[in-house]
Amino acid sequence: MATPDCKPSSACPEFAHAADARALLWQMVRIRRFEEKCAELYSAGKIRGFLHLYVGEEAIAAGAVPELRAGDAILATYREHGHALARGVDAGAIMAEMYGKQEGCSRGRGGSMHLFDSTRRFFGGNAIVAGALPLAVGFALADRMRGRDAVTACFFGEGAMAEGEFHEAANLAALWKLPVLFLCENNLYAMGTALTRSQAQTDLAARARIYRMCGGSVDGMDVLAVRHAMREAVAHVRAGNGPAFLEFRTYRFRAHSMFDPELYRERGEVERWKEHCPIERFQGRAIAAGVLDEGELGRIESEVAAEIAAAVAFAEAGTWEPVEDLERDIYARAPGMAPADHPLESRS
Amino acid sequence: MKKHAAKAASGTIRLAWRDALRLGLREALLRDERVFLMGEDVGRYGGTYAVSKGLLEEFGEARIRDTPLSESAFVGAGIGAALNGMRPIVEIMTVNFSLLALDQIMNNAATLRHMSGGQLNIPLVIRMTTGGGRQLAAQHSHSLEGWYAHIPGLRILAPATHEDARGMLWSALEDPDPVLIFEHALLLGMEGEIGAEFRAVDIDHAALRREGRDVSLITYGGMLHKCLQAAERLAESGISADVLDLRTLRPLDDSAIVASVSKTRRAVIVDEGWRSGSLAAEIMARIVEQVFYELDAPPARVCSREVPVPYAKHLEDAAVPQVEDIVATVHQVLA
Repeated sequence: MATPDCKPSSACPEFAHAADARALLWQMVRIRRFEEKCAELYSAGKIRGFLHLYVGEEAIAAGAVPELRAGDAILATYREHGHALARGVDAGAIMAEMYGKQEGCSRGRGGSMHLFDSTRRFFGGNAIVAGALPLAVGFALADRMRGRDAVTACFFGEGAMAEGEFHEAANLAALWKLPVLFLCENNLYAMGTALTRSQAQTDLAARARIYRMCGGSVDGMDVLAVRHAMREAVAHVRAGNGPAFLEFRTYRFRAHSMFDPELYRERGEVERWKEHCPIERFQGRAIAAGVLDEGELGRIESEVAAEIAAAVAFAEAGTWEPVEDLERDIYARAPGMAPADHPLESRS
Repeated sequence: MKKHAAKAASGTIRLAWRDALRLGLREALLRDERVFLMGEDVGRYGGTYAVSKGLLEEFGEARIRDTPLSESAFVGAGIGAALNGMRPIVEIMTVNFSLLALDQIMNNAATLRHMSGGQLNIPLVIRMTTGGGRQLAAQHSHSLEGWYAHIPGLRILAPATHEDARGMLWSALEDPDPVLIFEHALLLGMEGEIGAEFRAVDIDHAALRREGRDVSLITYGGMLHKCLQAAERLAESGISADVLDLRTLRPLDDSAIVASVSKTRRAVIVDEGWRSGSLAAEIMARIVEQVFYELDAPPARVCSREVPVPYAKHLEDAAVPQVEDIVATVHQVLA
C-alpha cells in the first residue's frame, strides 16, 4: 500500500519465490541481449536511422511494466525497446520494424524510435521529448470520462522535465486528478547535456510535488525497488487519487545513439555505474537467497538467445512494403469519399 | 439558444453565424455522449466569442471543460482522448495561439496513423478563429490555415456559410481523422438564414456559390463574402463571375477548380493568407498544371500584404484583401 505521503516505502522488497525471481531476471537479460544484438546488426548495416539502446536501464521496464494491467495504456520515448518487450510486443515484430520490413510492428514506417502495438495498448515510441505527455493526459481523461479504472503509464527521460510540455501535462493531470503515472527515467544526461548543466532544480521529485503529485525517487538499478514503488504508485493512481510521479535513478551504459562519441562524460564514471549493473546485482541477490542457481542462469541465457535468433530470422525473412503503398494510412478515410454510414443529405 | 434563433420563414431560422456554430456544437453533444468540448474559457466565460454560451449549463463541467492556458497540453490531451475512444472538440482561442500546440498537431495528430502502420485513428476536431479585420494587431489576426493545409494527415475545413458553420462540425466528428476547422472571426456576427432541420454537410467538395461565365473567383472562409460583393459590383459592369467556395482546404477539390476555370478561362484566387508560399500559390499551381491551355489570361491572386497585420484601421484595411482589390484584379485579368 502507498505510504501516507506516497513516497516509495523504504522497506526492502524481496521476490516472492523462485519463479518470480526467474521472471524478473529473464526479462532483464532478454532486453540486454536484444539490445546487444541491435548494436551488432546496426554495425552490420541491417538497422539504420537513430538507434537508442536501453543497456543499463533494464530494471525499470522489467520492474514497472508488469505492474500494469492489459487494459492500461503505455506511452514511451525513443529509447523504448525494453518497454515494448516487457509489455509483450513480439520481439520478431520489433526486430522486423528496425529492419524496415512490413512485418514490423509499425509496418516499417516507424523504426526503432516508433514502436506501436495497439493490441498491447503500447502507443509508441515518441521521438519528440515530452511529446507523449499530453497524450497520456488525454488517455487518462478518456478512461475517467468513460468510467473505466484503467491507468496510463508514461515513460520519459529527465530531459523532458525541462520542456514546457512536462509542466503543462503535469498541471493538467493534477488539476483534473487523472490516472496518469509520470515515470521519469533519470539517466543523468539529456543526450550529452548533464542534468546539473541544464536544470536549476535537480531534485526531480520536488518539481513534481509543486503540482501536488505524490511520488518520489527510486533506485532504478534495483528491479525489486522499481517494482515495489510502481506497485504502490499504480494502486494510488488506480484508486482515483490523481496522478503520481516516480523518478527512477539510472544510467545508460552505452552511448546515447550509435553516432555518439561520448565526449561529455568520463570513462571512469561509466565504469563506476557498471558496478551497479541491475542484472548482476539481482543475480547475486537471487543466488545468495538460494532461489536461483548457475544452471538456471544458463537456461535463461539459452532461452533468450533462441528467442532473439528467431526474431532476427523473422526480420531477415520479412518483406518490403510495396512502394505503391507509400501513401496508405495517411487518412483512415480516403479523400473524396463520404463516410459510409453517413449518407449525404445536402451539399451546401 | 432560442433568443438567438428566431423563427423566420417556415422551415428556416434566421440567426448569427456564431449561433449556427453553437447549434452545431449542441447537436454534436446531444447526438454522441463521447463528444466533449475543451479549451480556454469555453465554459463559465461562455466562449471568447460567445460561441459556447449556455453549453456549460446544459451539458455540465465534465463535457464543457475549461482548460488552463496550456495549448500544447490540451490539444495533446484531445489527441490522447481521441485515441482512447472519445470524440473531443478542442477549441483554440485564435490561430496565432495554435502555434503553441503545433508540436502536438504536426508531430502527433497528423503523424501517428501513418507512423504506426495504420494502427491508430485520431477522430479529433480542433476549432479555432482565424483572420483579421478587428484591429487586434499582429498576434491575433493572421490566416495560417494555408500552413496547416500543407500537412498530410490533417483535414482542413473553412466554413463560410451559416449552413456550413452548423453542419461541418458533425461531419468532422464523424470523420476518423484529425480535422481542423477555421472560423473567420469577422463572420461571427453575420446574420443569415438556414433550414430549421439539422442537416449534415459534405466535407469533401467545394461549392459554387454564384454562377458566371467570365472569371472564376476561387476563395474560402471570410473572403467568400467579399468575393460575392465583388461579383455584385462586377455584374454592374457586365462581368459575370463564378464564385467557388473551396470549403475544404485539404484535400483540395481539384475537380471543382478545374471545372470552373475550364468554363470561365480566367481565375482570380482570393486568399487572406500571405502571398508567398500560400494556399493561393498552391491553387494557382494546380490550375497551371491542369488547365493551362484553356486559360485566356494568366491566373491572378489577391492575398494579404506581406506584413504582420497592423493595429491602425487604415493600415489593417490596406493589409488584408478588400472588395475593391478583388474588383480591380478582375478588371486587370479581363483587360
